[in-house]
Amino acid sequence: MRRLLGGRRLDAVHGWLLLLPAAVLLATFTHYPILASLVDSVRSTPRGGQPAVFVGLENYGFMAADPIFWRVMGNNVVFALGTIPASIVLALLMATWIDRRLPARALVRLAYFTPTILPMVAVANIWLFFYTPQFGLLDQVRALFGAAHHNWLGDPSTVMGCLIVMTVWKEAGFFSIFYLAALQHLPPDLKEAAAIEGTPRWTFFRRVTLPLLMPTTLFVLVNATINSFKLVDQLFILTKGGPDNASNLLLYYLYEVAFGYNDWAYAATLTVLLLAILAVLAIAQFGLIERRVHYR
Amino acid sequence: MFSLSVRRITAALLAVGLFALPARAATELTMYYPIAVGGPIPKLIDSMIAEFEKGHPAIKVTAVYAGNYDDTRNKALAALKAGNPVQLSVLFSIDLFELIDQDVIVPFDDLVTAADKPWLESFYPGLMENSRTKGKTWGIPFQRSTIVLYWNKDAFKQAGLDPNKPPATWGEMVEMAKRLVQKGASGNVTRYGLMIPSTGYPYWMFQALARQNGEVLMNQDGNRTFFDKPAVVEALAFWRDLGGTHGVMPKGTVEWGTLREAFLQGKTAMMWHTTGNLTPVRTGAKFDFGVAMLPASKMRGSPTGGGNFYVFKKASPEERKAAVAFIKWMTAPEQAARWSIETGYMGVTRAAYDTPALKKYAAEFPAAAVARDQLQHAVAELAVHENARVKKLLDDAIQAALTGGKEPKAALAEAQAGAERILSRYRR
Repeated sequence: MRRLLGGRRLDAVHGWLLLLPAAVLLATFTHYPILASLVDSVRSTPRGGQPAVFVGLENYGFMAADPIFWRVMGNNVVFALGTIPASIVLALLMATWIDRRLPARALVRLAYFTPTILPMVAVANIWLFFYTPQFGLLDQVRALFGAAHHNWLGDPSTVMGCLIVMTVWKEAGFFSIFYLAALQHLPPDLKEAAAIEGTPRWTFFRRVTLPLLMPTTLFVLVNATINSFKLVDQLFILTKGGPDNASNLLLYYLYEVAFGYNDWAYAATLTVLLLAILAVLAIAQFGLIERRVHYR
Repeated sequence: MFSLSVRRITAALLAVGLFALPARAATELTMYYPIAVGGPIPKLIDSMIAEFEKGHPAIKVTAVYAGNYDDTRNKALAALKAGNPVQLSVLFSIDLFELIDQDVIVPFDDLVTAADKPWLESFYPGLMENSRTKGKTWGIPFQRSTIVLYWNKDAFKQAGLDPNKPPATWGEMVEMAKRLVQKGASGNVTRYGLMIPSTGYPYWMFQALARQNGEVLMNQDGNRTFFDKPAVVEALAFWRDLGGTHGVMPKGTVEWGTLREAFLQGKTAMMWHTTGNLTPVRTGAKFDFGVAMLPASKMRGSPTGGGNFYVFKKASPEERKAAVAFIKWMTAPEQAARWSIETGYMGVTRAAYDTPALKKYAAEFPAAAVARDQLQHAVAELAVHENARVKKLLDDAIQAALTGGKEPKAALAEAQAGAERILSRYRR
């Protein structure tokens, strides 16, 4: 057998066979759906017995003229800007805090990590109770100080803020795990050297710790960005995108179009756009920031 | 020796069992079921199914509880698309046109025999409005409701109002609500006079207001809407003013899901809600409460609401037969009466209200009959082609007006223009 195929070729076959399971999974669940979405986005939605036909860029034109789509895009930008920096900074702070020797460190770590373990739907249900006007936790606390109650999720000017706060609370604990791991792998001799030289703590943090954490920051940043487009579970419980689309996000709108309106073609168009946005963001992040990342 | 023979007997029995099984295999039905209100509905449905199976050993029914009406429709359609077995479902009565356009349901006229015709005629005509189009019957009413007004009699007494006299007109409702508003020491509202929910099903509540102001929102063919008529705009302005000018309702939107709790906690003295909440309110209220028809502006009015049984095209002939047998049993007077007593949803036939059980219940607890009495003022719930999309346009317009984002007139004109774009395709 070996002589028949030649050793090298056999190795190659062997290699491909090892890759096969992963390749099949990737092709089935990633590459094929992307291609299918692309194809669907230039066809019409089959309705009432009429089959799908090629319509060119008509669906994209519809998207450009859809006011809800633009509203949703705007919301998503606000959501991303509100959640990404806040959760990263908070995660870093939390990680530096629990990296030290403090009493009951395990308990504090557990407390930080709890939101991550909970499913988003459960988290949303808890926060729904926080935000409920009059008898919700937030209003009860405010009532102690004599403040008027507020319809947090029913007011377009506060609903997005409520979603952002909840999402940051959920995300920061998760990211802080990565930071904690990175912090604990920093070589201790750097710290000792800095101590001997009498470097101020903040300078050490800014000039040594932060740069060494850059690979982690890049990883967390990419994940946070993807999450800001991916997390929509809370909308099902909290707002359904309302009031008047004030809290509607791209992926939730996509779900509504696909499964609420059964408009598969338009949903595919939105999917293609979502993919494009994520691809561009990821490329930009790797391209721009990776230059500043020190790998060891 | 002994053990060997036991093994042989077991093997023989197993073999017999394996051959015998297919011969008496039950027809298995899967039904998706929506839960729109709190309370023990799944438990009740499961026990009704168990009882049905006892009488029909050849049929096995599995109920899948799949969330609210929209979630349930989405999941049932996704299951059909994916080729999973679903033979029947209780889905939103207003999904009628969508289900027909998607070509997934069969009309009952094709399913029943001549002997069953009286059964098809036994339901309240008001409920059948959302079941019939193009001269055929596509859905059988089951989990059906109207909107009713719940009021807290203790709060009425406290405010110096007659606890047995709910408001009969819009004007009375506003006047009473103003007296029912309670404020704390720092001037904060601790109890509102009235709440009408505006998340979940805003268009449904709005249909009631529009009807009371003398308008309907769509035609029976489901291809025309009337969102921008002056009386409709006026109705939305009235709704907005309850929170704004009159200050008897919270500003912004009122959450459908937590409203019942707000009423039970005394945070509002009156609420508009589905009659499907009647039994949970009855068990949860620590105060005396009443249930009334909604008040009138030019006339009384409420849309019907809730879910109908549908049978899917994909079901095989035996499955279709079994599904009809199940639906007939579930809507028979005794079951309909029990269902109504335990949930508060209405009995779907006159015969249900003639059963001794429901008669007795309605005599002891008159609130149970309000939804039925209101049927004479009822209109069909908003149902048009591409319903989810059109409904969303109206929902957004309502929420925009209530949160102060847009003027009622502009919001409704926009929704009407959007609906027109979608529905003009279905007119020919």
